[in-house]
Amino acid sequence: MAQVTLNGNTIHVDLPKTILQVAEEAGLFVPTFCNDKRLVPNGACRMCVVEVEGARSLVASCTTPAADGMVINTETPAVIDARKSVLELIWANHPNDCVVCDKAGQCKLQDYTYRYEVDIDAFKGAKRVSEVDQSNKFFYNDQNKCILCGKCVRVCDELQNTSAIGFSERGFHTHITHPFEEGMDKSVCVSCGNCVSVCPVGALMPKSKERFRNWEAKKVQTTCSYCGVGCQMNLIVKDNKVVDVEPVNDHSNMGLLCVKGKFGYSFIDHPDRLRKPMLKKHGVLTEVEWDEALDFVAGKIKQTRDVYGADTLAGLVSARCTNEENYLMQKLFRAGVGTNNLDHCARL
Amino acid sequence: MSLFRSHVLICGGTGCTSSSSDKIEERFKELVAEQGLDQEVMVVRTGCFGLCEEGPICIVHPEGSFYSRVKIEDVDTIVSEHLMKGRVVTSLLYRDKLAPPEHQLATSFSEVTFYKMQHRVALKNCGVINPEVIEEYIAYDGYKALGKVLTEMQPADVLDAVKKSGLRGRGGGGFPTGIKWEFAAKTEGPIKYIGCNADEGDPGAFMDRSILEGDPHCLIEAMAIAGYATGAEKGYVYIRAEYPIAVKRLKIAIEQAKEHGLLGRNIFGTDFSFDMEIRLGAGAFVCGEETALIASIEGERGMPRPKPPFPAHKGIFGKPTVINNVETFANVPQIILKGPEWYASMGTEKSKGTKVFALGGKINNSGLIEIEMGTKLRHVIEDIGGGIPKGKKFKAVQTGGPSGGCITADHLDIPIDYDNLISLGSMMGSGGMIVMDEDNCMVDIARFFLDFTVDESCGKCVPCREGTRRMLEILDRITEGKGEMEDIDKLERLAKNIKSSSLCGLGQTAPNPVLSTLRYFRTEYEAHIVGKTCPAGVCQALLTYVITDACKGCTLCKKVCPVGCITGEVKGLHHIDPDACIKCGACMSKCPFNAIIKK
Repeated sequence: MAQVTLNGNTIHVDLPKTILQVAEEAGLFVPTFCNDKRLVPNGACRMCVVEVEGARSLVASCTTPAADGMVINTETPAVIDARKSVLELIWANHPNDCVVCDKAGQCKLQDYTYRYEVDIDAFKGAKRVSEVDQSNKFFYNDQNKCILCGKCVRVCDELQNTSAIGFSERGFHTHITHPFEEGMDKSVCVSCGNCVSVCPVGALMPKSKERFRNWEAKKVQTTCSYCGVGCQMNLIVKDNKVVDVEPVNDHSNMGLLCVKGKFGYSFIDHPDRLRKPMLKKHGVLTEVEWDEALDFVAGKIKQTRDVYGADTLAGLVSARCTNEENYLMQKLFRAGVGTNNLDHCARL
Repeated sequence: MSLFRSHVLICGGTGCTSSSSDKIEERFKELVAEQGLDQEVMVVRTGCFGLCEEGPICIVHPEGSFYSRVKIEDVDTIVSEHLMKGRVVTSLLYRDKLAPPEHQLATSFSEVTFYKMQHRVALKNCGVINPEVIEEYIAYDGYKALGKVLTEMQPADVLDAVKKSGLRGRGGGGFPTGIKWEFAAKTEGPIKYIGCNADEGDPGAFMDRSILEGDPHCLIEAMAIAGYATGAEKGYVYIRAEYPIAVKRLKIAIEQAKEHGLLGRNIFGTDFSFDMEIRLGAGAFVCGEETALIASIEGERGMPRPKPPFPAHKGIFGKPTVINNVETFANVPQIILKGPEWYASMGTEKSKGTKVFALGGKINNSGLIEIEMGTKLRHVIEDIGGGIPKGKKFKAVQTGGPSGGCITADHLDIPIDYDNLISLGSMMGSGGMIVMDEDNCMVDIARFFLDFTVDESCGKCVPCREGTRRMLEILDRITEGKGEMEDIDKLERLAKNIKSSSLCGLGQTAPNPVLSTLRYFRTEYEAHIVGKTCPAGVCQALLTYVITDACKGCTLCKKVCPVGCITGEVKGLHHIDPDACIKCGACMSKCPFNAIIKK
């Protein structure tokens, strides 16, 4: 156990931990753009700087390990002024279009700007200007809004292991792009959208089919229905319609989703979606109730088993079912129907 | 072994090579052979002599005659007169303006004031030996220190010696070298590395280049010693590709050391093995920052990483690593051979030994000098440097390059050491010294250095990437006469926050030139902002060209003006239309009567 003084309070902590972890565990607010506990600390945005007694300058709390006897202050005038400076500098290179930005309401830049009462016009000068890359089907890359926290690059590299994007050029001209600047669709990008999910501002955004403001929508946590992994996600729902999906940082998926979970939700409200079982009556598919449909299927199974034997039947289960559903299916076939003819599409 | 009656040493440093010392060498060899003297006269291409201002330089031993600014056609004369007839060619000798009149002809190299005032430790062999011949290095006690270390000393003794010597990092930070080595030595691990930072990038600094060009074996020897002391068996030299001569000579030296068993397995028959590899830098200044350098060696994008972890714990490929620059290493063999007490006897209380400086800018003897720590700045500029050209007035000296600051005439009597320079708001840096005279505008100087840092910022952290750019824009406005007084407050606040919150040393020191010029030359900033004038007459936008009564009406200015803004009749007073004038200065340099002034 180490002893650390945090904003005047002495606390005991188990090390190793970064100063940021210690502060957050103590319930303190420390702003960050580039930090993500799943990723290797990077120290790029400098929002999380704090004062440590005896240190030559402010230190980035996300990368600095806490040490026994450390005296840390997270909101001194020097710290606040440094954070304000960072925000003013970001604003000097960021369009002031929050009123029409889809990220509004969920944007860290907006929140911190409000919190620290930042003068967004403190500096006037050159801005990085680039065309918005619309080449991906599911999201766009608007480098005019990028604050270069690098989370998208790191999540793609460290967690998704695709490494489709990276930094290009240097200094003031640095930007996030794909190999040879040929467009996102020409890269090895698998459109998982994990970069979109981690972007703290409106630079990487889904091509939303619905117009909504973040404060109009509610979040409903659910399990992704595409496969058996059980990824946790929030459906973003407005007026009882799913308008977006975000990953939930839970055990099964650690805040990641694949292209289907992240972007493939439009089937939910699709007019072609089957909402009731169908039975072919007199050569025509006709909507029926579940009881009728199940009775029909059960009857056919029984009839086949009785006439031809149980081993003439086989069950094939879908990877879109959960473990529990898969279990029930084999139970039904082994115990109910009386056959071991059972397979699963994931085996193929 | 053949004996030669004369040795002709020709500087093969980058400076002299760019003024054709390679061709001079060829010519010497050709003529010596033609005259059948090749068994009597040896022509040697050495490293840099240091007095670059006077290059190309040739020295003929045994007399030590110091020929400066040698032209290819002079070679014939030197061969026919000096080498054939034994008559020193006095008309080609360097004139030592610092010496009393009767001793100004440099008949003996060792008597030249510029050299007499120096104390060469790191530069010991530069300009003395042929860097491409390992035997010459060995003849000057080369690899003796490595032999001593491997056969007579324990690693702990080596650490002790380096610590006792008081040697501090010569790359800028000034961290005690022995302590750094000890950290790496104490970190457990089967694989460790020695890294040499030869990515010398400060504008006007070329200490490391000269050592690499003039004495590459010294670096190999020192890195092997560091390897023995810390438990590393592999060294990487990260050297910028802009130093082709240095790269070539280091490659040759590594090959020779391997052939002689001084690199590789079981050196000097001991259990110690050490090997070296060169990595070329691709031109990013930030790769001189040690964590970016490590990233680049690993094949990653050359961007700095947060510290801690420090390289001594987690360096190249995540292994414990010592990173020192070339000059730091160059001191090590001498410390081992002559003892740490000898080294520590030089310098000031906290800065021991000698330091190499690159003198440049408005100074008579621009070049490379090595002096004891604690030498007064005045001595360096007025005596060794020979003062300011054209009788101009000294204004300031910039030390530490784009990370440093300027020191004014008021502080010239301060002894040079790490701590004194920092207390003056500057820093030692790698040792660049750029001298400025009354014709230098300090706002423009600050702008120049910031322009450099903006270009060289890697773009990783916000304060450096965005902040230096905004500072530069403010300085641009001020030099264009569009500044406002609140710009000074903005500069100071931004500078403070960039320094305190940037990720690496580049950003943390980038505002120094601005802060330092604001500290000593605030009135110049105010003159630009309030008076809309540039007192030094540098900032074009604030200048007005005026024709005075000295005009004789020769019409030359009118003819040379590219925009036709000068009016006047023959033999009549001419006039410049200030609104149309583009301030190119063509008229001023053309006027035979000095009648045109800028104000």
